[in-house]
Amino acid sequence: MKILVCISHVPDTTSKINFTDGDTRFDTNGVQFVINPNDEFGLTRAMWFKEKQGASITVVNVGGPETEPTLRKALAIGADEAIRVNTEPTDGFFVAKQLAKIVADGGFDLIIAGRESIDYNGGMVPGMLATLVNANFVNTCIGLEINDNDVTAIREIDGGKETLKTSLPLVIGGQKGLVEESDLRIPNMRGIMMARQKKLTVAEPVEATKETTAVKFENPAPKGAVKLVSPDNLDELVSLLHNEAKVI
Amino acid sequence: MSVLVYTETENGKFKKTAFEVASYAKEVAAMMGTSVTAIAINAENATELGSYGVDKVLMVKNEKLNTFNAKAYADTLKQAADKEQAKVIIVSSSADSKFMAPILAVKLNAGYASNVVSLPESTSPFKVKRTAFSNKAFNITEITTDVKLVGVSKNSFGLKENTATASEEAFAPELNNDDFTIKVESVDKATGKVTIADADIVVSGGRGLKGPENWNMIENLAEVLGAATACSKPVSDMGWRPHSEHVGQTGKPVASNLYIAIGISGAIQHLAGINASKVKVVINNDPEAPFFKAADYGVVGDAFEVVPRLTEKLKEFKANNA
Repeated sequence: MKILVCISHVPDTTSKINFTDGDTRFDTNGVQFVINPNDEFGLTRAMWFKEKQGASITVVNVGGPETEPTLRKALAIGADEAIRVNTEPTDGFFVAKQLAKIVADGGFDLIIAGRESIDYNGGMVPGMLATLVNANFVNTCIGLEINDNDVTAIREIDGGKETLKTSLPLVIGGQKGLVEESDLRIPNMRGIMMARQKKLTVAEPVEATKETTAVKFENPAPKGAVKLVSPDNLDELVSLLHNEAKVI
Repeated sequence: MSVLVYTETENGKFKKTAFEVASYAKEVAAMMGTSVTAIAINAENATELGSYGVDKVLMVKNEKLNTFNAKAYADTLKQAADKEQAKVIIVSSSADSKFMAPILAVKLNAGYASNVVSLPESTSPFKVKRTAFSNKAFNITEITTDVKLVGVSKNSFGLKENTATASEEAFAPELNNDDFTIKVESVDKATGKVTIADADIVVSGGRGLKGPENWNMIENLAEVLGAATACSKPVSDMGWRPHSEHVGQTGKPVASNLYIAIGISGAIQHLAGINASKVKVVINNDPEAPFFKAADYGVVGDAFEVVPRLTEKLKEFKANNA
């Protein structure tokens, strides 16, 4: 089985979010970048398939040279090779079109992407990619078993979960639950050394127009101070929630 | 050329979010000087939609669509959009709509903005405000395609009643086998319990609860308020509560009217998940807990004493205000 894992290069979850150039660009100054957490769950599930059932894993990212350390980390975790599509990821549809070319060229059976990236949160790339390459698609995927061509996938729905049957080729939008948090892997020294020898191909982008433009960013309005209520006067809290906040 | 809105149903009844997206669509249509057409799949009765500004309802009756199927639903909406020559299509932010919308966007060649939190700043050019960076910021997005697809965040707009009457029209999309290559084997849904996605109030517990055996305290408070229960990341990682209750950057985002955090210190990733909630209450015995900086109301005290007392106070309040 040939697996492609789509990797987003995103700010670490603890990052403070600031903007520059008149609030038109994310300020990367002092920000650590990591593998998008939803993609990391997917990469770990791909490793499970590789180790238990036999599979090759290619990781792909759409981005400039600055994203290569993130791809190298994925190689250190255990992916076999990496592809970087050499262009700025301007919007979801543009990224999906770049990935569709990689899928078409590589003949992948299973494409694992995160349900959304934690920076732009568009949540559109996996579904768009599946539609562009005419593959089956399961979003918010929290369980995946594959036997030959038969797929059993579990997806999270509002208030529960749903078990689905389908076939390869398949694209999933994965998330926490696909593997346990404790199964996530930290690259060891041997993995890091081996990753240096693994193939990282730079692919040139295909022509694609973007459909949305991030015109401007805003930080949330500053928050007023918390109103503290004594634990001995909970009537006051009930009254505030009813009369002031009007939420009960 | 109308605004098309997808109004979700469950067991033939409209979900509350259906009325929210209909209310939103009405305002967008007013900005554009056009009408609202809703598409309702296997709805028993569509008269309620008129009360939220819908002018016409395309009624789809098809047994094959009894269970949600993203591809088939996207195909249905695509055909409805073509028929109505809709330039703007509005969907909700439910798990199903987020599953379907990217497929629909490709079929319609439409730019898609998800997690939209307010009406468009302008409709020409079409600019909407959406959340980004896991609710730590907002982004004004311009959709540059001829057809626009907008996913509205829950609770961001509310319900706006109208007195219009909606006309109904039968609509039979042409579906083919290719739409049904994914089959639903089983659905496991908690019944009779408020879900995080639908809840107006969420009661959430953290490590301060000391163990899963103490969760009845959270459940009792949630029951009085008609709230959903949730938890912080360490709690789901330790297996005290299921992953589906984990609120935060890598878990579920919560956009409730009231979020009550009990024994949660307020890590930046957790705060990102609840930023979109309107009113936040924090109960924690550590006055230095970072959550107090993000909260509207706070109680510094032992959760094991405060929460049962608060539950009793709220019971009294409910009884007096029933």
